[in-house]
Amino acid sequence: MEKILTQHHGTAELWKLENYRAHGGYKVLERALKEYQPADLVTMVRDAGLRGRGGAGFPTGVKWGFLPKDDRPRYLICNADESEPGTFKDRIFLEEDPHQMLEGMIISCYAVQAHLAFIYMRGEFYLGAKRTQAAVDEAYAAGYLGKNILGSGMDLEVLVHRGAGAYICGEETGLIESLEGKRAYPRIKPPFPANIGAFGMPTVVNNAETLANIPHIVARGAAWYNSIGPERNRGTRMFCVSGNVRQPGVYELPLGVPLRDIIFEYAGGLYDGRTLKAVIPGGGSARILTAEEAMQVDSDFDSLQRAGSMGGSGGIMVLDNTVCMVQSTYIIAEFFHDESCGQCSPCREGTGWMEKILHRIESGEGRPGDADLLLHMGTNIFGRTICPLGDAAVWPVESAINKFRDEFEYHIQEKHCLPGTESIL
Amino acid sequence: MAVQLSQQTRDQIAQLIGRYPTRRSVLLPALHLVVQECPVLDDDVCQAIADLLHLPLVDVKGVATFYTMFPTEAHGKYIIQLCVNLPCAQHRARHLLRYLEGKLGIAAGQTTADGRFTLQRMECLAACDKAPMMYINEEQYDHLTEEKLDQILHELPE
Repeated sequence: MEKILTQHHGTAELWKLENYRAHGGYKVLERALKEYQPADLVTMVRDAGLRGRGGAGFPTGVKWGFLPKDDRPRYLICNADESEPGTFKDRIFLEEDPHQMLEGMIISCYAVQAHLAFIYMRGEFYLGAKRTQAAVDEAYAAGYLGKNILGSGMDLEVLVHRGAGAYICGEETGLIESLEGKRAYPRIKPPFPANIGAFGMPTVVNNAETLANIPHIVARGAAWYNSIGPERNRGTRMFCVSGNVRQPGVYELPLGVPLRDIIFEYAGGLYDGRTLKAVIPGGGSARILTAEEAMQVDSDFDSLQRAGSMGGSGGIMVLDNTVCMVQSTYIIAEFFHDESCGQCSPCREGTGWMEKILHRIESGEGRPGDADLLLHMGTNIFGRTICPLGDAAVWPVESAINKFRDEFEYHIQEKHCLPGTESIL
Repeated sequence: MAVQLSQQTRDQIAQLIGRYPTRRSVLLPALHLVVQECPVLDDDVCQAIADLLHLPLVDVKGVATFYTMFPTEAHGKYIIQLCVNLPCAQHRARHLLRYLEGKLGIAAGQTTADGRFTLQRMECLAACDKAPMMYINEEQYDHLTEEKLDQILHELPE
C-alpha cells in the first residue's frame, strides 16, 4: 500500500530543512507559485475531494471557496491542537515532519491569498513546539516565508502559537477566541469563520494532517488523488490505533480500508485469549460500535456515518472483553466534564451530572432507572449548546447504554462489574 | 508589590506585539514567556503583563485561570502530568496514579511538603500508542510501570 504523507517518515532527522529538501521538499511550492493561479489551486483541492482530517470531515476546497471575494485581510490557521482522546497523529507532523505541513500551509495561503497564518498547537507539545518553530525559522532563512517568497511577489508571515491546556480550543471558533487572547468560548455560528473569523476577518481553519496533504495533491493532481479511496472519501488517513491491541500506533492507509483490517492486520490484533468487545472509531466523541458492527464497517467518513458513528479524528480505540463498559464510559464522561468550557449551562451542568451518575453506577450505588435517566439527560444536552462539545459528550454515553444496556443494568443490580472484566479505574 | 519583568522578556513581548494583529492576541504567548521567569502567575505578575498589553487586570487573570497550563498557585519543582484517559487507563494508568500518590504521600492535584513534586492527573496527552505515559515538566516518559516510575523519580536531579 503506497504511503503518501508518511513515505519518508523514519528517515534521519526529517524535521531539518536539508533532509526534507533531500526528499524533494519545497519543490511543489516552487511549482505552485510559478505554474498556478490561486483560484486554480482552490479548484484543484476541491476536485481532489480532500476532506478535513480534524473531525468534521468537511471538504477542504469547498471551505476555501466560502471566503468572500473582498479585499479584507484574511488568515489561515493550522489547527494542531490535537486533544481528542485516542488521537496522536498531528503530533507526528509537529515533531518529526513539520516542513511537510508547513509547505502545505504556504501553498494553501497562496491559494486563499492569506498573508498571515498561525500554527495553533496544543501547549503540551513541548518537543513539537521546538521542532516546528525551528522549521519555521529555517523556512524564513531559505526564503519560503517572509517577503516576496521565491521571487513570486507573495508575502507570508507564519506564527507558531501555543495553546495552554484546553480541549475546547480544537473547536475552530474556540480556537479563534483563544488566538485572540481570550478564554476559548466557542462562538455562535453563523457568522462562519470564512466570513468573520480571527480578528473579525475572513479565516480558514484547517487541520495539520489536512494541510500536509496539499503538496501531494498539487504535485500529482486531483485525478491521482481521486484514485485513492472510495467516492467522496479520497486520500489516505493517519489512523491512530490504541487500547487493547498488540501494536498500537499510527497507520497511514487509504480511507475505506475495513476497520477489521486496521485492527487485526496493521495493529496486530488482540492479546492472546481475548475477544473484541467494542471499538470507538473516531476519537472519544464518536459513538461506540459493538464488535459485530466494527467487523463489518469500512473506515471512511461515509461508511462510519452510515454505521451510526463517525470517522472523527481518526482515533480508533479498541476495547476487548476485559473492559467494563460502565468504567470506559465513565472515563469518557469524566473527560467531557473536565473539558466543558462552561459557557452553556446544558453542557457545563449536564456533563457533570452524567459523570456523577456513571460514577455511582460504577461504585455500586446505581439506582433502577439510572440508564434511562442518563439517556434523558442526553436529550437535554444534545443540540442545545453553542458548540458540538455538548453533542460529543452525549454520543459516547447514549451509544454505550443503547448497545450495552444489559451490562449497565447488571452493574446497577449486582453492584459490580461483569465477571471476566478487569478494573481500569 | 509591583513586579518588574526582565528586559529580555519585555523585549520578546514587544517584538510579538509587532507581529500579531492585536495587542491582546499576544496574551497567551506572553503568559508562556512570563512563566519561564515567574513560576506563579499571581496578581502582581498578571498586572505587569496587563500593563504591557494595555489590558485590564481582569482580562489577564480571566485567561490565566481558564487555561490549565498557567499556574496561578504555587507548585513543585517537578510537575508530574500523568495521563489517565481511556487508552492509558486500559494500560493501568490509574493504578500508577495511586502508586504515585502513595509514594509521594499526596493526592493528585497536591504538592509534596518539600516542594519537590506536584502530581497532576491529566486528560489525553496524544501519545496513546505509548500508554501509559506522563510528562515531568517538559520531558516525556512512555510505557510506564511501577518499577520504571521508581527509577525515573530516583534519577531526577535534586
